[in-house]
Amino acid sequence: MNRGPTWFNVASVTAGFAFLYLPIVILVVYSFNESRLVTVWAGFSTKWYVALFQNQGLLDAAWVTVRVAFVSATVATVLGTMAAIVLIRAGRFPGRTLFSGMIYAPLVMPEVITGLSLLLLFVAMNFARGFWTVLIAHITFSMCFVAVVVQSRLVTFDRSVEEAALDLGCPPLKTFFQITLPMILPAVISGWMLAFTLSLDDLVIASFTTGPGATTLPMKIYSQVRLGVTPEINAVCTILIGIVTTGVVAASLITKRQEMERQRAERLAVAEA
Amino acid sequence: MADRQPASASRKTFAPWSDPSAEPFIVFDNVTKRFGDFVAVNNVSLNVYEREFFSLLGPSGCGKTTLLRMLAGFETPTEGRILLDGQDISTIPPYRRPVNMMFQSYALFPHMSVADNIAFGLKQDKMPKPEIEERVADMLRLVKLEQFAGRKPHQLSGGQRQRVALARSLAKRPKVLLLDEPLGALDKKLREETQFELMDIQENLGLTFMIVTHDQEEAMTVSDRIAVMDHGVFVQVATPAEMYEYPNSRYVADFIGDINIIKGTIKSTANGAVTLETEDAGTLVVHQAMDAIPGTPAYIAIRPEKMQVISGVSQNQIDGEVWDIAYLGDLSIYHVKLPSGAIVKASQTNVTRLIERPITWEDDISLTFAPDAAVVLLD
Ligand SMILES: Nc1ncnc2c1ncn2[C@@H]1O[C@H](COP(=O)(O)OP(=O)(O)OP(=O)(O)O)[C@@H](O)[C@H]1O
Ligand SMILES: [Mg+2]
Repeated sequence: MNRGPTWFNVASVTAGFAFLYLPIVILVVYSFNESRLVTVWAGFSTKWYVALFQNQGLLDAAWVTVRVAFVSATVATVLGTMAAIVLIRAGRFPGRTLFSGMIYAPLVMPEVITGLSLLLLFVAMNFARGFWTVLIAHITFSMCFVAVVVQSRLVTFDRSVEEAALDLGCPPLKTFFQITLPMILPAVISGWMLAFTLSLDDLVIASFTTGPGATTLPMKIYSQVRLGVTPEINAVCTILIGIVTTGVVAASLITKRQEMERQRAERLAVAEA
Repeated sequence: MADRQPASASRKTFAPWSDPSAEPFIVFDNVTKRFGDFVAVNNVSLNVYEREFFSLLGPSGCGKTTLLRMLAGFETPTEGRILLDGQDISTIPPYRRPVNMMFQSYALFPHMSVADNIAFGLKQDKMPKPEIEERVADMLRLVKLEQFAGRKPHQLSGGQRQRVALARSLAKRPKVLLLDEPLGALDKKLREETQFELMDIQENLGLTFMIVTHDQEEAMTVSDRIAVMDHGVFVQVATPAEMYEYPNSRYVADFIGDINIIKGTIKSTANGAVTLETEDAGTLVVHQAMDAIPGTPAYIAIRPEKMQVISGVSQNQIDGEVWDIAYLGDLSIYHVKLPSGAIVKASQTNVTRLIERPITWEDDISLTFAPDAAVVLLD
């Protein structure tokens, strides 16, 4: 039987990838456009990148976004990991079902509602809106994602490994940091990266909860696009895509190399046994 | 290893359990463990003595691991108490108990090398670094994993992992070492060597071992005493020899070694002899002091190697036909079919070559056993 690619397969793969990546390719290509007009190609240039680095408004927004994303992802990872541990480890305690339901609820809650309710809370508390309110809002919604990711790792965690550490004289807290945490670290890092990405591209919740002087990059881009897409925006987006792609590729390369090393070592062990 | 002193030589007189003034080191005092409605350990009482090598033997799910986990501190008894060195340990957390456990699942730390796994417990004790290194090297040598020190657990074979787990639990030289099937994944030769190493360590360092095993031969080899468990209770606790020669029930008799069980009823008990009437083999006599009302159903348990093939007429004579012969090299086991259809096994040492074997299939033969070679069991 002919196992080579048929024209149909080739066509559907091409169409699929085009559908997914053509918009991005166009965005990247036009970020190097000489012309100010987004739809007309006038030759290669990096001038929009230069302009970008002179646009103080965009740079400020980028800096706010990175700070919010970094701090909120970190705090959310700590809180989310703690929540996951309680949910998996504490056994049956009164209110467990309610608690785990409440952890999952924000995952399916429309962002508009989360944003609005947080806004109402901050207003009611008379909390000055700005960097801190965006930060708190991002921690609130991203910790649930971390909790879910870490929880799925803990379900398959072999507790006898922790028991072995206790048995050898290691107190519980130290056991957590020396045994449990290193073992669930990949899940915790995934959780952190997820929280970081979610915060990085959140528009809705940030719009609700922000205040003067705390405009995030998505907000800035969105408001500028309403005045017309400029190649500068394309340049920002290209840089963002670059950062995300590098991160994803690096992570998958590291995982793949570890996997290969492990398989090689296992073959060795079997051969020597 | 050829000139090894038999470990039992120095242990001939070690029998604190029969000394009423000896203080037990580990005491299970009417301990019960329930998981919901399920009773995993049922009202168990046991004394284990310092420097004892104690084995737990029993079918899967009978509560062996649960018993060890209670001693290590990972399960709390539902009822009863556990004493260690005279002290109730129920409130002491696992990391403060002078007890180390080797887990049935090995429970190695996957992110640490073999050497770090072994050193982990020593580091908790803040042992100086050179000493740790020395001890780790000792342990690696003991389990023959010197060249694997830098490997991670997932880079080891099953048997190698088991040896790391063993080395890690031994490294701290705890007063009490609990081993949950420590040698199950090893091949016969390595297992036997490690058994002797374990006995040496236990002897030389004066440790108390409680070991779970599925291998009754292993239990016989290493133990001072054995407990046979079933459904959360001890059926019998005895020395290997006692357990082999005087099992207290058919369950134990069957569990330890091979045995013939002949059902009958007690005809008379007098002068230290029990006479039984059996359907399979007629009237049989066993020398055993016993009080029982005639007519009580009872069982005669006799090991195949204590059966002799005879030609003349004798007491305890069992006539039958050779039904099957299992040739094991050093021994042959004759399966003899009695007129009632029951099968009795007799093993004979093969003192001559196979070709000259006098007994063959379908021969009519008579077996006998000495009246003091068998036991009568009521249960
Ligand atoms: N945490 C638990 N919850 C409920 N039941 C349990 C728990 N731990 C053990 N059991 C039950 O208690 C019984 C005894 O278990 P245990 O692990 O002590 O058996 P074991 O004698 O070690 O068996 P094996 O030889 O297979 O290791 C089993 O029937 C098991 O299902
Ligand atoms: Mg077990």
